[in-house]
Amino acid sequence: MNDHAHDSHDHHHEESFVRKYIFSLDHKMIGKQFLIFGLIMFMVGGGLALLFRWQLAWPDRPVPIIGVSQTYLEEGEVATAADRKWEERFDDDKETWLETNMPSGVIDPAFYNSLFTMHATIMVFFVVVPLLVGAFGNFLIPLMIGTRDMAFPVLNMLSFWSNMLGAVIMMAGFFVPGGHAGAGWTGYAPLSSVVDLSGVNWGQNLWCISLIVMGISSLMGSINYITTIINMRAPGMTWFRLPLAIWALFIVAILLLLAFPVVASALALILFDRMAGTSFFLATGGGDPLLWQHLFWFFAHPEVYILILPGMGMASEMLPVFARKPIFGYKSMVFAMIAIAFLSWIVWGHHMFQSGMNPALGLSFMTTTMLIAVPSAIKTFNWLGTLHRASIRFTVPMLHSLAFVSMFVIGGLSGIFMANAPVDIYIHDTYFIVAHIHYVVFGGSVFAIFGGIFYWFPKMYGRHMNATLGKVHFWISFLAFNGVFFPMHILGVGGHMRRIANPMQYEFLQQMQPISAQPINVFITICAFILGAAQFLLLINVFWSIFRGKVAEQNPWQANTLEWHAPTPVPHGNFGAIPQVHHGPYEYSVPGADKDWTPQTEPNGESPHGEPVPAGATAD
Amino acid sequence: MKWLNFPAWLPENVSTFGQGVDNLFILIYWITAIVFLAVMAVLVVFIIKYRFQEGRNAEYIEGSTTLEIVWTAATTVIVFGLAMLSLPQWNKIKFPSQFPGNPGAVVQVNGKQFNWDMTYPGPDGEWGTDDDLQLENQLHVPVNEVVHIRLTADDVIHSFFVPQLRLKQDALPGRFINMWFEATKPGTYEIPCAELCGFGHSGMLGYLTVHTEEDYAAWISERWGE
Repeated sequence: MNDHAHDSHDHHHEESFVRKYIFSLDHKMIGKQFLIFGLIMFMVGGGLALLFRWQLAWPDRPVPIIGVSQTYLEEGEVATAADRKWEERFDDDKETWLETNMPSGVIDPAFYNSLFTMHATIMVFFVVVPLLVGAFGNFLIPLMIGTRDMAFPVLNMLSFWSNMLGAVIMMAGFFVPGGHAGAGWTGYAPLSSVVDLSGVNWGQNLWCISLIVMGISSLMGSINYITTIINMRAPGMTWFRLPLAIWALFIVAILLLLAFPVVASALALILFDRMAGTSFFLATGGGDPLLWQHLFWFFAHPEVYILILPGMGMASEMLPVFARKPIFGYKSMVFAMIAIAFLSWIVWGHHMFQSGMNPALGLSFMTTTMLIAVPSAIKTFNWLGTLHRASIRFTVPMLHSLAFVSMFVIGGLSGIFMANAPVDIYIHDTYFIVAHIHYVVFGGSVFAIFGGIFYWFPKMYGRHMNATLGKVHFWISFLAFNGVFFPMHILGVGGHMRRIANPMQYEFLQQMQPISAQPINVFITICAFILGAAQFLLLINVFWSIFRGKVAEQNPWQANTLEWHAPTPVPHGNFGAIPQVHHGPYEYSVPGADKDWTPQTEPNGESPHGEPVPAGATAD
Repeated sequence: MKWLNFPAWLPENVSTFGQGVDNLFILIYWITAIVFLAVMAVLVVFIIKYRFQEGRNAEYIEGSTTLEIVWTAATTVIVFGLAMLSLPQWNKIKFPSQFPGNPGAVVQVNGKQFNWDMTYPGPDGEWGTDDDLQLENQLHVPVNEVVHIRLTADDVIHSFFVPQLRLKQDALPGRFINMWFEATKPGTYEIPCAELCGFGHSGMLGYLTVHTEEDYAAWISERWGE
């Protein structure tokens, strides 16, 4: 790779189709592969959510189009094509996949469990991590630190393809006898570790195997990111001149590297319990079900910060560009992220307040968890500070960044309720936590991803996405998102448990005051369908713009960071000559400058961060 | 906008410690509501006031150490205070050493796919003897008296949840977890399972009947005689 990196961009090295688009070693192509992969899986994960949202709003009613009609149910008369199809299915001897999982089109309770389990699993491991860490990490790290590629291009390619392998294994689980894993994305043992207790056999095995494969992919990525960021920064790119997105990805890579081996071992123990007759998680054999929860959450709490930190980093890139102002408190932003990463290791017990863990641990976990509010507040106030006396451009990426900030505030604040152990007694495992995680991961991370796609698309594909369509997509998504997830707080306060297939079975939910839970569930489902439909606008915009979008100039947003110094489209090796970095990434509206941005490659004598660096000096 | 008032959505509280939980909930609700409204107000004002306008440039401001110290300190004080304030309530509900004594009823609750088995030790006060009484999904307790529960599970993890009592505790196979409550109002309340326990999780439902003193005495004598 690096051999032809020094070719200037106007004589390309000819590559075969397979080398260029499939088994590519180029970090930019691998980033784009992750992007397309993540977007497709986003639609899959969202589709699963719509199926179970249907069940929650109209329990045990046939799903439209797939299921039988109401007339057929009530009078037994064939009224639609689906009715006829079902008649045929009932007549023949073999049981089809659809008959097992959705008899007459009604979602079976076991299938319901698989649906929410796989919705969460796919969204966490196959959408948000591949998009944030895989797509943006790969595309941005070499470009933003000013180098020609990742430290280990082959490892990088393997990371994407093992990720694909993991996805294939995961999707295969839907079609094995016994159905897919249905023990929740948290896979609590012994439900997940004993075949007879769930009735799920290979589904759960494949779930474990796929996550191990997926984790290996993350591990390869994280080793690559850490090595690249430590060793390959352009001359003058000191640690405190790194863009915050790179800081975020660096911290996340460390979290991934340390967290993954824990869950891989735990998943292996589950497989042993299931397939080799051990009893690590079985009390009758001397094991302990709580062991799984400790191991899982020791991984999964850092994991949820892996889901949000890159979003924070990306929002911190976009806000200064469109506010035309330096980020407020650069160093405090860095230290806040380090603090969040550190705290993520000592808070896992807050998922287990009601689990039967020694209640004496409640105090320590409650205090450490509440402390996370401190760095989160620092970041929020710094984003607000960035907008103070700014000159805000309401571009599509900026709208998404502002949505990110405000939704993250809601998600952060709702976390305080659950961090509080006594209050958690009541709201634990209710829709309150569902609302919280979605405000952080959808309202936070996914809006940052949407914004990031718009913002970096011109550099990725050399073309702009359509801004009008982008704004329509943003506003529908933003409103529908709040329509889906805000009322979930209310359901949670009313005591609505998560993971129940039929809320109508519970008197106290039907008689919830002042409004029964059922109309609220119907409202949520309608908003969810709107939210889901709106995502086609994004897909159309992405795929249409790849081929037909307005051709982009080199630095369309007039931004400072190094990726905009590279030519568009970015050639192999990224830069003609490796750029020399003179100052931090957020020098906007510097007094006395001839324009309101000062790229990191241009000296800036007046800024406190602009100390001249002797030519030829290397980073640090 | 009444629906934004979260505490109004809480179900009626019928336990002695429930009000303490609700008070903390209400306190956090008001703290977070005020912080949220303040942040949103600042955000909206900035968005409007500092939108792009011809002839006005952004100002070069890199940050403020004073402000950083102020909001770091303020947040730390608030969250530490909140944690300390919550601790007694947590200990009161969950610490076996702090449970009130002299229970008016002691029951073993056993979660299994997909029912709650309630076992009363009977007059001799010991489990495993002939006068034990096992009921499926029916828990009967006296009002205004402390009830001790020994919670366990047969197969997978279940979670004992009575929304009106503000009480939730996971039931673990292989462990006995002690918990307590004191109901303050006679009536029948649902006991849903709050931890995913398999395909029958939804609908795993028991009933807690809180009797008046006389009713409970009658219920006892009906089972075990005088």
